[in-house]
Amino acid sequence: MKLEFVRNFPLFCIILTLFSGPLSMILSGRKARYLNLGVITAVGVMSFLVLAEVSGSGNPYVYRMGHFPAPWGNEIRVGPLEAFMALFFCIIMLLSMIGGMYERKSEIVESKENLYYIMVNLLLTSLIALIYTNDLFTAYVFVEINTISACGMIMIKQNGRTLEASVRYMIMSLLGSGMLLLGICFLYGLTGHLLMSNIQESVARIAAAGTYHPPLMVAVGLMCVGLAIKSALFPFHSWLPDAYGYSTTSSAAILSSLVSKGYIFLLIKIFYRVIGFDVILNSRIINLFFVFGIAGMMFGSISASRENNIRRMIAFSSVAQIGYIYMGFGLGTTLGVMASIYHILSHAATKSLLFVAASGLSECSGGSKEISRLTGAGYRNRMAGVAFTVGALSMIGFPLFSGFISKILFAQAAVDEVGKMLPTLIALALSTILNVIYFMRAVLIIYTPTGYVSAESGENYTQVRMRMHPEKSIVFTGFILLNLVLGLMSQPIVELCSRGLGMFE
Amino acid sequence: MSKKVSREAYEKTRSFRFRQWFDGTKDPFLDTMEMKPQEEFCESKKLIHEQELQHRKIIEKSYDVEHNAQVRLFQKFYNIFSVIFCLCLLFILLMGVSYLPQYGHMENPVNNEVSARYIEKGLQETGAVNIVTGMILDYRAFDTLGESHVLFIATCTVLILLRVDKKKYQETAEHNDRIYEPKNDVILQTAARVLVPAIEIFGIYVILGGHLGPGGGFSGGAVCGAGLILYLNAFGFAKTEHFFTGKTYKCMCFGALACYSFAKTYSFYTGANHIESGIPLGTPGAILSSGLILVLDICVGLVVAGTMYTFYVMFRKGGY
Repeated sequence: MKLEFVRNFPLFCIILTLFSGPLSMILSGRKARYLNLGVITAVGVMSFLVLAEVSGSGNPYVYRMGHFPAPWGNEIRVGPLEAFMALFFCIIMLLSMIGGMYERKSEIVESKENLYYIMVNLLLTSLIALIYTNDLFTAYVFVEINTISACGMIMIKQNGRTLEASVRYMIMSLLGSGMLLLGICFLYGLTGHLLMSNIQESVARIAAAGTYHPPLMVAVGLMCVGLAIKSALFPFHSWLPDAYGYSTTSSAAILSSLVSKGYIFLLIKIFYRVIGFDVILNSRIINLFFVFGIAGMMFGSISASRENNIRRMIAFSSVAQIGYIYMGFGLGTTLGVMASIYHILSHAATKSLLFVAASGLSECSGGSKEISRLTGAGYRNRMAGVAFTVGALSMIGFPLFSGFISKILFAQAAVDEVGKMLPTLIALALSTILNVIYFMRAVLIIYTPTGYVSAESGENYTQVRMRMHPEKSIVFTGFILLNLVLGLMSQPIVELCSRGLGMFE
Repeated sequence: MSKKVSREAYEKTRSFRFRQWFDGTKDPFLDTMEMKPQEEFCESKKLIHEQELQHRKIIEKSYDVEHNAQVRLFQKFYNIFSVIFCLCLLFILLMGVSYLPQYGHMENPVNNEVSARYIEKGLQETGAVNIVTGMILDYRAFDTLGESHVLFIATCTVLILLRVDKKKYQETAEHNDRIYEPKNDVILQTAARVLVPAIEIFGIYVILGGHLGPGGGFSGGAVCGAGLILYLNAFGFAKTEHFFTGKTYKCMCFGALACYSFAKTYSFYTGANHIESGIPLGTPGAILSSGLILVLDICVGLVVAGTMYTFYVMFRKGGY
């Protein structure tokens, strides 16, 4: 049995990013930066080739890591959804890294710059490994790498706020990791396997026999709650606003759009490939997700509208968007999960755009992050103003942009589910209104002419032209295009994702 | 003032006098008055100091747990709630555990074909007498590859947090405790002279014997790192930095992890493509046996030793 060469690429992606971490250690900051950009691009290209190969052949394949077959050795599984996610994450990461380049110069000590790229490279490794892995324990190992590198990315900008934020992040995140590990231990005790497909068979047997019902439910609960804490579902979101609000721009963009999404993708894998969706449905944990998802949508938006710091406002909006995703899980149908996957994509594309645009807006307002001080910023930094407006419209769910499609998918999924239709639709409508309130307030303020501001607060205002940061205009264009593609050409993407999701079972 | 009329002509007109009366600069009964512009409002230093004191008092009061009812209430609520939460979690976990299959039973799901093959064929397939080493470094090498990078990235985060780079800080005791060196502690130095070589040799033995008996890269590396820390404590940075600086650590770490990655990429690639790896397993029990395991153990040992030592250096004050 000969393997086509393209099929080795997932392994190469993981090893290349893993190897570039230690390599950055001995390089200077500047070289490490180029290495980082090169590695992300290379991984993106390889993921694209894998995606073309997998969707061409139409079947997922299993790649054996080493000389021993699956239950004894490790393996990774590559399907269209996994390859697409890897490609998408690479694009977002590349754009965020380029978009935050200017801020990083002033916010990171020069001698520690290469350490930052170690964090980013290993974060990418862990995300790709989480996407591809077919083994629960491998997933746990890479969750660890993910947690530590995210922590390092928050505290690389060293001031009191970020240190406090990273301590909070670490405590909450380690609690989540611990619960995930306990859940995996319970499952191992019940099934004797760590490989996802083998666990699924055993769990189906156990669930049918009904012998080990309580520990199975404990295991499911521990894993779900652990991952919910790590991805900042509503009552566990207290670490999020500081972590996203005060870290450097590229960190905030990557953390909000990729790190929490990696955990959610792992949760989807656990639903479909480890426990089995029927067992999850019977456990009724999804009802919990539904309630807390809706609560998160409301509370996240209300906190965001009371916030005066633009970065923290966007961070609180993330809480609301994570709530959407969990509400999709809570619907308990494949359509609902599909809508959640699409919302992962659209939120990743939009939230990173908003963070990069917000940093552009505060750059032309004397570095201030308070919304009231951003008056007229849309005129002083036109590109960032347009980008922020696009991001805000997409978050609200304006047609043309990606947020609209995911909201429509949520509504369509809700219509099929009789019991949960009304609360879902009401929550969607209310949350949209709340989104309009705080995002449109910000957009209106940045497009208020500066003449209305008193002279003293306007003295720090500077004009930022596009040619000052050519890389930023490329990034904004890329993000806006990505948003438009997700908003206008959603059909093939939805089909690709649902085909990939169908192959999970 | 109008532009059509000159100043002198204007001062003679009625409107000028009316204006003077209106502004109050000239009183019809008391003649011209002197007008003083109002002094700019300016707080005296004493006043500012007083305000700062008051501000500090307010903050102190709001965080003063003994006298602030709201904070006290919150803390009480927090304490009670966390105890209740922990008790609930404890109850759920204990209940879950009590339903688990009985420990050590023959028919448990854990005793399946997976562990059977590890035990029965482990020696034959990996060439390692120590089954655990064979498992973590050959059967499930991908996990261990990730695990060694966890150590590496943990060191990097500690470097981000604690490394002092600025030259001006390094001269004060607050940021650098090397200025107290050399410490000429005769007892410690004599003991270290005897102990450190023994510890290092034992650590190397544990690393090299990982595939033959209990031991391996993680435990042996920890022993070696402990030896280095003892040496550093006895003789100070000046002597240690003859052979182990931050640069040494970087190169060692890079070398070990790169070697690990390349070795494992080779074996993953050949394994997945069904190519013979061509690495001889040797005779089980010999020191040069069990394929790549010995090399990987040495790599892991280097990384762990470097990590231990770097943690210690970073948690002392000063650069690296």
